[in-house]
Amino acid sequence: MKRIIVCLKQAVDVSQLKVDPATRQLLIASAPRKMSDFDKNALEEAIRIKEKLGDVEILTLTVTSEDAKAVLREALAMGADKAYVVNDVSFKDVDTSGTAYILAEAIKKIGEYSLVLCGETSLDSFSGLVGSRLAELLNLPQMSSVRKVSVEGDTVIAERTLEDAVETVKAKMPALITVTREINQPRIPSLMMIMKASKKEIVTWTVADLDVQRDRLGSKIEVVEVLAPKTERKKIKITGENVQKIAEKLARALIEEGVVGR
Amino acid sequence: MLEGEDGMSGHEGVLVFSEKYDLMLEMHGKGREIADKLQTSLAAVLIGSNVHGKTDELIKYGADKVYLADNQALEHFQIEAYLSVLHNLATSYKPEIILIGSTRNGKPLAARLATRLEAGCVPDCNRLSVDEKRGLVGERITYGGNAAAKIAWKTKPQIATVPARAFEKPEPKDRSGQVIRLDVKVEESRTEIVETKPLETSAVRIEDADVIISCGRGLGKKEDRALLNELATVLCGQVGCSRPLAEDRKWFPEWVGLSGHKVKPKLYIACGISGVIQHVAGIRDAKVIVAINKDEQAPIFEVADYGVVGNLYEILPALKEALKNQLG
Repeated sequence: MKRIIVCLKQAVDVSQLKVDPATRQLLIASAPRKMSDFDKNALEEAIRIKEKLGDVEILTLTVTSEDAKAVLREALAMGADKAYVVNDVSFKDVDTSGTAYILAEAIKKIGEYSLVLCGETSLDSFSGLVGSRLAELLNLPQMSSVRKVSVEGDTVIAERTLEDAVETVKAKMPALITVTREINQPRIPSLMMIMKASKKEIVTWTVADLDVQRDRLGSKIEVVEVLAPKTERKKIKITGENVQKIAEKLARALIEEGVVGR
Repeated sequence: MLEGEDGMSGHEGVLVFSEKYDLMLEMHGKGREIADKLQTSLAAVLIGSNVHGKTDELIKYGADKVYLADNQALEHFQIEAYLSVLHNLATSYKPEIILIGSTRNGKPLAARLATRLEAGCVPDCNRLSVDEKRGLVGERITYGGNAAAKIAWKTKPQIATVPARAFEKPEPKDRSGQVIRLDVKVEESRTEIVETKPLETSAVRIEDADVIISCGRGLGKKEDRALLNELATVLCGQVGCSRPLAEDRKWFPEWVGLSGHKVKPKLYIACGISGVIQHVAGIRDAKVIVAINKDEQAPIFEVADYGVVGNLYEILPALKEALKNQLG
């Protein structure tokens, strides 16, 4: 076991995202950013593997068009050894295909590794494609939707959560794993860990540092519109002098809607 | 359409695949509709071991062609093996559109197929339409339920994944079609399945329920689920919950919401659920939503058809009695 590379996305904090009610546009530029939750679970799992096995180096890798320092510092404080960021304004419009391609080229440049860990999906776009695309580009055995991992020698064993079953799979490393949120509860770094992390290295690359063909960065999809959904609900408040009267009114309304009974 | 543009020409036909047979049948409805609009054919891909008996049924559900990969090496879903079948098919027959069932196996399959074909992929489309100008357009929920995004493709094939219950299963008809046996060299998988254990879920899937009575943090203790169960019995419905009751309190194995089950029942009764956007995103396709909550300011009332401000411990038993009386 040598190295674990954890892919970290700096995501829009969707819980603090505001919507302009007049235009239904999302105010994305002004929303705070954070480490994508699922990726934080991936990082936590890498740290737990390191705690168990000892001789492991954890590298994080982020592809972004924005300043991501705070997220990288948090990752280092949690327990990553070194953070890599490929930061380029031209990444603003890349889709999952371009993101996976940049990640793959950066990983090739980093060199040897035993595991690549990713979140199953991301907090903001919720596409869930990048990890699988990356496995394909790096030609790695892949285990997706993983809720439990263990490493034995050069083999990784993982429990996958499927819709109707739990599947235990194993593969020889190097391998790529995408994790679900149920895999662990990520730690909150202490002040001591935050201080220690300030000495750790952040390596910043731009697209020029990688062996990237620019024409492969073009988006293969076109976002036509992103709008807050319209709520077309009736919003009828049912009131009455007592609980029985309210219940009777509600029951009548549901029968009239044709959604209960035969 | 768009004939002759970069990377968009020479592709024809709609292809549907899911390793979950029921989801594949559902996808035949939407697939047929898209194929008819584009005046092209619908093909289904049937992959497995000893599955040849199902080809006729797929044709009845709307497929013009069934590509059959029936091979012992394909008995269980293994990503490399299934990927090699679909990739082979996509390069030799060049479909214009590929719809793949959005399951935990199907999504990685779609993502890797898209990567191998250098194609775009739009995941979890709960709506799909054909636009005169742009061709296929997919609609999906994004930004934690804050938005719906409409997305088109710049290249072909156009790959989309489709969640269960997003589209109605069509009525089977008496029709004829063609079965094409594929002779594929199956790529060997580099992950080995050690064990498969069925998940401890309820026998009936919540996605299939016409009526769902769901509870949130307003429910005081685990035993009080009985209140919901009683109402569910009267309405032949199912009981669900919001994420905190499953993830934090572990009172239920699974939850309704963006990260859990997305449901579209005729009736959804939210009891003691505040209505955070992630939960609402999981129920937005319900026909009628009822909210019962003590807090008049709870956001759930903004997305409900009928709202009752009050104590669920009083209202649920009263509603059960009222429905029993009125339904007879």
